[in-house]
Amino acid sequence: MLRWFIVFLMFAFPAAAEEVVLGLSKDEVAITTSFNGSDILIFGAVKRDKPIPDGDPLEVIVTISGPSEPVTVRRKEKRLGIWVNIDSVEIDRAPSFYAVATSAPLRDVLNDVEDLRYKISVPRAIRSVGAPMGIKDAAAFTQAIIRIRTNSDTYQLLENQVTVDAQTLFQTSVQLPAALTEGDYITRIFLTRSGKVVSSYETSIDVRKVGLERWLFTMSRENSMLYGLMSLAIAIAAGWGASAIFRIFRF
Amino acid sequence: MQIYLPIAEISVNAFMLLGLGGIVGILSGMFGVGGGFLMTPLLFFIGIPPAVAVATEANQIVASSFSGVLAHFKRKTVDLKMGTVLLIGGLVGAALGVVVFNYLKAQGQVDLLVKLCYVIFLGVIGGLMFIESLNAIRKTAKGGKPSTRKKHNWIHGLPFKMRFRVSGLYISVIPPLIVGVLVGILAAIMGVGGGFIMVPAMIYLLGMPTKVVVGTSLFQIIFVTAFTTMLHATTNFTVDIVLAVLLLVGGVFGAQIGARIGVKMKAEQLRIWLAIMVLAVCGKLALDLLIMPTELYSIAAGGH
Repeated sequence: MLRWFIVFLMFAFPAAAEEVVLGLSKDEVAITTSFNGSDILIFGAVKRDKPIPDGDPLEVIVTISGPSEPVTVRRKEKRLGIWVNIDSVEIDRAPSFYAVATSAPLRDVLNDVEDLRYKISVPRAIRSVGAPMGIKDAAAFTQAIIRIRTNSDTYQLLENQVTVDAQTLFQTSVQLPAALTEGDYITRIFLTRSGKVVSSYETSIDVRKVGLERWLFTMSRENSMLYGLMSLAIAIAAGWGASAIFRIFRF
Repeated sequence: MQIYLPIAEISVNAFMLLGLGGIVGILSGMFGVGGGFLMTPLLFFIGIPPAVAVATEANQIVASSFSGVLAHFKRKTVDLKMGTVLLIGGLVGAALGVVVFNYLKAQGQVDLLVKLCYVIFLGVIGGLMFIESLNAIRKTAKGGKPSTRKKHNWIHGLPFKMRFRVSGLYISVIPPLIVGVLVGILAAIMGVGGGFIMVPAMIYLLGMPTKVVVGTSLFQIIFVTAFTTMLHATTNFTVDIVLAVLLLVGGVFGAQIGARIGVKMKAEQLRIWLAIMVLAVCGKLALDLLIMPTELYSIAAGGH
């Protein structure tokens, strides 16, 4: 009886056969005054208690996703000779940053069903529930957000950028751009075989403004009156200072 | 050297901002304008979000106007009474302007409004100034006398008259109040001090003597832009202090240098160059509105 139960378990949870052991070059990104983007190295190994299975080789997908927020996408149209925002569509959730790195072309390592389930590819990572009545081509708005953010390197599709050694060791690196918002950057690793996810692992990278940046940002939100007065004081002091310096030296 | 701006949330080159501040400062010192009408569009071009550019620029104008007004106080060319009347109008206008700005931001039309304001005002003022200074140059070339302004017009028939001793005027307070309100609205929406509108209005509408115009306009601009800065800082959280510091360090020094260059140039030449510059900025912004953009879609944070 017990023997059958173990066999049942093995069929029911095949994912447990191969697991990810992960390393990150850093699990914190500090946005300082001189912050100009950051490279993150993601590396790891596959732990398994059985020999490597036959069939298709093991593939690895790594995703890094910034904090999601609702956004409004607007489209310009020509009215009275000038280009004006007319239609707008609200996207319920769009990550502020999203990178997908794969060990082979994404189409080959992941099938559609699994993509839908785990929301791995860029279009799946964006959630758009419904467009307002009267806008027939709502998909164009989702495509637009992907296009714009891909051009600014905030959405990255890095196919063939994960190197896998002997189906066991893998590594990749992702470049975080300079224009980065704060938050928890969810990092996910998927191991796939024949397009199916066999194991996944999730951790997060903490991206925070620190020091002066943190102080100023917090102050501008929580103590905006004082922040405004400070801005004015600096302006007045600089204006007075410059005229005083020029008066002293009589240029 | 790259610097990450905490409010704009982008990384920019610090030396570029210092240089930008310096160049605009020199121009503003030469021509006696705040320079906001040049700086704000330049900030758009380098990718600062428009809302942040407008709010931060208001803060920078406080610095350059304060630097300028000190010199005018020493020469006693500030009409405090007229400045206060303009200021009362200006504060009302600034409050209205921020309300309009916030409403249009929610509608997604704020970029359009700011750009349209720029195109219209820069176009009209640049054009008028260009024609006027061209005529002046032609007249001096012929050796004729510069035309004198009419001293009396319909404005002198309005009630609530008041005496402005420094300006040597006895006029109704209504026109200065209206001028103040209009400039206040523009200051809030466009992120400018409004000097380039205020100065012609004071000379041609109110009939103030040219020598007190610049100082008085600077005096009231300080308070209006300071008020605008506070409104933007407390309602929109869009004043980026790091950006402001970089711009105003370049700006205040540039302004002092510019003022010294300006003294050495002929008035008509100065005006015609200012007019050309104003028209160039106007032309660039107008083209952006008229030519089909390469990207029709734009992304804004947040839903409705």
